[in-house]
Parts: sequence; C-alpha cells; structure tokens
Amino acid sequence: MKAENKKSSIFTRVSDTNLLLAITIVIFFLMYIGAILFQGEGFLKPQKFFDILNNNSALIITACGMSLVMITGSIDISVGGVVALVSTCCAVYLDFHEGNIFGSILIAIGVGLLYGLVQGFLVAYLDIQPFIVSLAGMFFARGMSTIVHTAHFNVASDVFNALKNTRINVPGMGSVNRKGIYIPAYVEIGVIVALLLVVILFIVLRWTKLGRSFYAVGGNKQSALMLGINVKRTKFLAHLICGLLAGIAGYVYLLHVGSSSADNAMGMEMNAIASSIIGGTMLTGGVGNIIGTLFGVLSLSTIQNIVSGAGLGDAWWTGITIASMLCLFLVIQSVVMAQKKRALE
Amino acid sequence: MNEKRILEMRGIDKTFPGVRALQGVDFFLNEGEIHALMGENGAGKSTLIKVLTGVYTKDGGTISLQGTGEVQIHSPQDAQNLGISTVYQEITLCPNLTVAENMYIGRGKGQITNWKQMNTDAEKLLRSLDIPAKATQQLASCSIAVQQMVAIARAVDMECKVLILDEPTSSLDEQEVEKLFGLMRDLKSRGVGIIFVTHFLDQVYEVCDKITVLRDGQLVGEYEIKDLPRVQLVAKMLGKEMDDLSDIKGEGGGYQGKDSGEDVFEAKDLQSDAGIKPFDFHIKKGEVNGFTGLLGSGRSECVRAIFGADRVLKGSVKMHGKPVKIAKPIDAMKCGIAYLPEDRKVDGIVGDLSVRENIILALQVLTGFFKPFSRAKANAFADEYIKKLNIKTASADTPIKSLSGGNQQKVILARWLLMHPDYLILDEPTRGIDVGTKVDIQKLVLELASEGMSVTFISSETDEMLRTCSRLVVMRDRKVVGELSGDDLTQNKIMSTIAGGESKA
Ligand SMILES: Nc1ncnc2c1ncn2[C@@H]1O[C@H](COP(=O)(O)OP(=O)(O)O)[C@@H](O)[C@H]1O
Ligand SMILES: [Mg+2]
Repeated sequence: MKAENKKSSIFTRVSDTNLLLAITIVIFFLMYIGAILFQGEGFLKPQKFFDILNNNSALIITACGMSLVMITGSIDISVGGVVALVSTCCAVYLDFHEGNIFGSILIAIGVGLLYGLVQGFLVAYLDIQPFIVSLAGMFFARGMSTIVHTAHFNVASDVFNALKNTRINVPGMGSVNRKGIYIPAYVEIGVIVALLLVVILFIVLRWTKLGRSFYAVGGNKQSALMLGINVKRTKFLAHLICGLLAGIAGYVYLLHVGSSSADNAMGMEMNAIASSIIGGTMLTGGVGNIIGTLFGVLSLSTIQNIVSGAGLGDAWWTGITIASMLCLFLVIQSVVMAQKKRALE
Repeated sequence: MNEKRILEMRGIDKTFPGVRALQGVDFFLNEGEIHALMGENGAGKSTLIKVLTGVYTKDGGTISLQGTGEVQIHSPQDAQNLGISTVYQEITLCPNLTVAENMYIGRGKGQITNWKQMNTDAEKLLRSLDIPAKATQQLASCSIAVQQMVAIARAVDMECKVLILDEPTSSLDEQEVEKLFGLMRDLKSRGVGIIFVTHFLDQVYEVCDKITVLRDGQLVGEYEIKDLPRVQLVAKMLGKEMDDLSDIKGEGGGYQGKDSGEDVFEAKDLQSDAGIKPFDFHIKKGEVNGFTGLLGSGRSECVRAIFGADRVLKGSVKMHGKPVKIAKPIDAMKCGIAYLPEDRKVDGIVGDLSVRENIILALQVLTGFFKPFSRAKANAFADEYIKKLNIKTASADTPIKSLSGGNQQKVILARWLLMHPDYLILDEPTRGIDVGTKVDIQKLVLELASEGMSVTFISSETDEMLRTCSRLVVMRDRKVVGELSGDDLTQNKIMSTIAGGESKA
C-alpha cells in the first residue's frame, strides 16, 4: 500500500481510455504525415482533409453509435443495413411520393429509432446475444431495402439536391489554383451534423451520469448492478441511441451520394467497428472515446486514400491494408496496456 | 415491530439450481447494533445479504424495515433508496472508472453531476479515511486493499440506516481494520444498524454486540455476544455440541502408520498467493494426516500450495529428502503427488465415456509419468479397482453419467490411484456422497496407507478425520494454529484449538 505513491507516474495515472486515445491521435498524425510524404502535395491541401470528412460523415456517425454500444459491452452489426434501408426509404419517399425534406428526415429518424428500440429491447430485456440480434437486424434491413426499391436511381427532388449541394466554406483554408483563382475549402452539411453529434456524444459520455453508466456497465455488469445502476435500461438506451444514429447516418449518407440503391453502405458496419477499435474502443467494453472514434475513421480513410493513391485501388488491397492496420493497432494497444499493467504491479 | 428494531427478515427461502441456499431463515437487526452473521463458507451468509439488497429475488419470506413496514426490494438501487448500503464480499466496483466515480455513481437523482464538487468531496472523504488514492485515479490502478477501502468509503458515506459489510476485512491489514472498526463504532453511536460478516473470530468479539449463526442455509440461532464463548460459537458453526458424548475417539484412533521415520514430503515456510500465511508441513511414508479448521480457514489453500495449484510465492519443498521445485501441478505429478480437488466440476468426468475409459483417461494424457502402464494392464487395473473400490456399475462399459455421485467420485479416485502416487491428497473426497460410500473411501484410505502410500485427507466432518488421521494440522484464519496427535485427537480439543484465544473448554 505504501508503494502506491511512488508508482503513480503519468503513465499509470492516466486512464485506459485516455491512454488509448493518445495512441490513436499520434498514429493518425504519423499516418497523415506519411500520406504527405508518399502522395505529395495533394495531402497538404486542406481540401483533401475536408474531402475525407465529406466522404465519411455517415461513417463517423455510425461509428459513434458503434463505439457507444461497444463501450457498454455490446455490439450492433445492423448499422450498415439500417443506413441502406433509411437511404432507400427516404429516396423513394422524396421521388415517388412527392415528399418534403422534413418528412424524409422524420422517416430516417423513425426507422433508426424503431431499429434501436426493437434491438435494444431484445438485447437488454430478453437477454439475447447482441451479435445474433443485430445479425438478424442486418439481414432484415438489407432485405427490406431491396423490397422498398431494388434499382439504382438518383434522387431528383430539387429541394433535396439543393441541400445536397450546399457547401459550407471554411474560412482561410482555401487554396489558389494554377490559374491564380482562389478556391474556397468547403464541407458538406453532413459533416456539420456528424461533428455536432460527435461533440454531443462526447459530452454525454464524459460528463453525464448516463454516459458514465455506459462505461460502468461495460466495465463490469455485475458491479454496475450492485452500485445501483439500472443495467438493463442502460443497455437498452445504448442500442436505442445507436439505432437513432444509424438512422441519421442513413440520411447523411443519402445527402452525400444522392442516390438510392439496395447496395448502399455495403460493409459499413465493419468499417464502423474497425474505426472504433482503431480509435481505442475495446471490444470487451468499458473503454473507449468518441474523439478517438473520429480519429479512427480519419485514420481508416487516410489509409484507404494512400492505398488508392498508390495505384492499388482494388478492393482487396484496401482490405489487406485495413486488416494489417487493425492488427497493428491491436498489437500496440495490448502492448501498451500490458506495459501499464506491469508498471502497476 | 419493536420500536428499536430497524430490520426484520422472516422465513427467508432461496434455492439455486441444486442448492437450497436459505431455508426459512430469520434475521433481526436493531438500531445502533453491530450484528455478526457467522457460519462456515457456503452457509448462506452472502446469499442472505444479497436477498436483502435485491441482487437475488427471494423464493419466500418477508422483509420489513422500521417506518416502512414490509418492503419488496427488487434491485440494489431499491435497497440504496431504502437506506441500506452494502459492501459486498467480492469487490463490486468498476475498474475502468475513477475512484470518485465509483464512490458516487448510481447515487442521487438528476443527469448532471457537478464533477468538481464530486471530486473534492471524494478527495475529502479519502483523506478523512486515510485511503492512499486520488479521486481522479482509475480504480484499476489501486491495490485490492485500497479498492476494498473505496467500497467501504462509498458505503459509509451514504445516509444509511443499515450498513452491511460482507467479509470486508479479508484483504485489509491490521491498521486498516482498526480504522474500519473506528468507523463502525462511530456509525453505531449514530444509530446505524450494522451487519458484519467475517471469519475472523477475534474481530467478532472485538466489535460485535450480537451473533446470528447460520449453517447449511438454516438458522442455528441468535445470541448475545456475552452469552456465547468462542468455543461454543465454533461448535455452533460446525454443528457439534461441545460436550457431545460421541466424542470418544472413534475406533481406537486413526491409523498410526508404519513409523518408518522417513519423510515422503516436506515443506518449509510454504506460501501461495491464495492468502494463506506461510506454513511448515511434512508427511511420513504410510502416514495419514489431515488439515482441519472451519471451511474457509485455508485448509484447501494449503494443499493447493503443496500441489502447485496456486502460485507459490515462497518456501522450499523436499520429496523423499531431495529438494524439488513445484511450480505447477504437473511438477507435483512428476514427483509422485496426486491431488483430488475439492471442486470436482473442474476436474470432472467425461459423461459419455464408459467407467473404464474414465478411469484410464488420465493415464492416456500422462503416459510417461509415474510407472508407465500398458493398455491391457490399464484395463485390468481399471477392472480391479472397480471391484476394489466397490464401484456400483452394471459393467465397466457403462457410461459414467448413469452412476450416482458417490460412485462417480470413486471413479475419479481410481483414476488417481492408477498412477501409483507416493503421496495422495484428498480434499473433501466424501462430500455429498452416501454413508456407505463414505465408509468405503475411509477404509480405502487406511488400506492404501498400510501399503505405504502417504495420504493427506481433508473433510468437513471431524469425526471422519478423527477416524482416519493420526495427525491433524489445525487452521484458523488462514494460519496454521496447532497440530494435534495421539491423545489430543478429540472433538473437543479440535474445537478449542480452532476457537483459540482465551477459551479453554
Ligand atoms: N449465484 C449462485 N448460483 C448458485 N449457487 C449459489 C450462488 N450463490 C451461492 N450459491 C450457493 O449457495 C450456498 C451459499 O453460498 P453463500 O451465501 O455464498 O455462502 P457464504 O457467504 O455463507 O459463504 C453455497 O452452497 C453456494 O454454492
Ligand atoms: Mg460469503
């Protein structure tokens, strides 16, 4: 016990969550520097960075939801399916039913909430394995989107396209092109939504009682129960929020691609899981950080950019690099955690 | 309800699959009283507490509180809201949260927490209890003792009427225990009723006012501390009467062994990470000895240390006079030690295999150790032992799952005997089996010893130990407190050694 004081170096004092977050951020910057070195100026232009955000706003949102359920010690692999379902539903509503923007947003939120509600209930109150529940959810969502509309089509609604093409300029980040014309840097609406959600979730997870309950339940379910936390409700809420976020992500996705297809967002759930893990969320629960998840998404797509920029655009190359990156992260994580544990002993 | 009585539990029943953990237990707690809840491991103390705090739902009985009358408690949250705060036996905190969060999470209303306030409050509380931890430190980075103190800090900080402490002292050092007792006395003077579970008898007599004793899920009785001397308490927990007439030493005492004088096994200053104090131990060729003490006093831990089943921290071990190193069970097996563990579910049987196959199972895994056997010889041996151990089975080819528990037990025993160990350790080999089989096993132990095998025998039934062992090592509170042999081998003597302290019966 007396040894307690002398052992509290910064390394051991910082929480697991923050330690992993630091690792993630450092690695992201290393990677981005690597991208600049290998792919040249392209990556020096701020717009390149903003494009990464533009292309991945939906993934950021789903990954946030994924991190949340993972922190609670659960998993939801239906999010990609939900994004596809929501985007087809909204596209069909906008084009074939003369729908308005407001209604389509309601549909997105409604579908997402419904998904979260059902899955959350099954997982939390009926104690069914979350993997099984969301696997079924994934198949159901994919199936439903095919039923709603199979063929690929571009959304024609004018108001929607106006919204889709809205560019929000980022002051001072633009660049001058070869002809000497200043081109402002911009982000899409989806990015604003995604970043807003990141901030909200960060605050909820960091400072509210509910947020800390997620960590408690993921850290040790039995202890959380004994500490007077309503474990079932907490799990339920995690899935509910994850479903809601998937719904919002579906709309953001549609805003970015502007077209409906049953194959939309194929494999997005896996990218979301990968981003969360790279961002320092542990599959075992109780450890994770939304800011880390944001950086996880950024790292993942930077890598994808490097791979395709190097002329290795094939899907399998991307797959292999992501796989090795995941391995690298997991190894670094476990080495650092083991070091920390050793320092504590 | 009596006006000073703050808690009344009546006729509490709780059954787990296969275990009746509580049967019609009554428990009463008064204001400003420290009430010890005693009983051996598995007596149902923790279960009674978890029923009270809503972790388990009771199958029957009523719980009433002062002021509110009968209450239904469905969750630890309900219990907290009713003013019952608890430190559970296992540490029930979240390792991934900070110390302060662990102290305050799950309490109070509203979503927003004033974090600054919480951390300062926590810091103050930690300082007032001299707990060497920072409020913002992650709990996992604290030692187990500190974690235990944090759990206690959390419990005492709540405005509670009933405080429950389930074996809170097992990982604390003396100073910390004193601090805890100070706190308990302070709360007592403020009218809080405290339920205190511990297996340290000294601690009970130091702070408690009353004792309730449980045994095998049943209430033995409630006693004022001054009416119940230590030896009586031990007798109550063991379920023996102190001046029981059956106390005459059974059948001329245990088997004395051929006094060859040669130590088969010898341990000096042995200690494992299972929380036992270092101990010395030796056994001669052909001797039967045993560890005795209350359940949870560390007797299983001692033999586990001998066998290398727990991590050995220090000590030296000799086998046949030669120093050996036993770090893992396999090392012990190579030295010729066999161990039948207490928890047979782990060791287990393979239900679908035949009795014979189950007997020679270990041999297939371990060929090369002890004296190697040919397959045919192994089969013959298996058949021989089925006869010798009187295993009741239709044939050697019957699947073992169709045998009764006692007979399965014998099969596992036969499996070990097939290895011809020099030294056999049996931890509770007779628990949960019928009387006839018990006698069979006792006879077998004596027979093996007369053939020159050394046997260490542990049983919760002291008569059984008296009948088989020629020497008993007595344990209390995870420490060896005495050794009995010859004329000292009596029920009374065992109990008074276990009780220790001032009491001489
Ligand atoms: N969750 C559980 N599931 C099944 N059996 C249990 C459970 N908890 C306790 N038991 C059994 O109930 C009995 C009483 O256990 P417990 O209350 O922990 O005893 P004590 O605290 O007095 O040592 C034991 O036989 C134990 O094996
Ligand atoms: Mg207990």
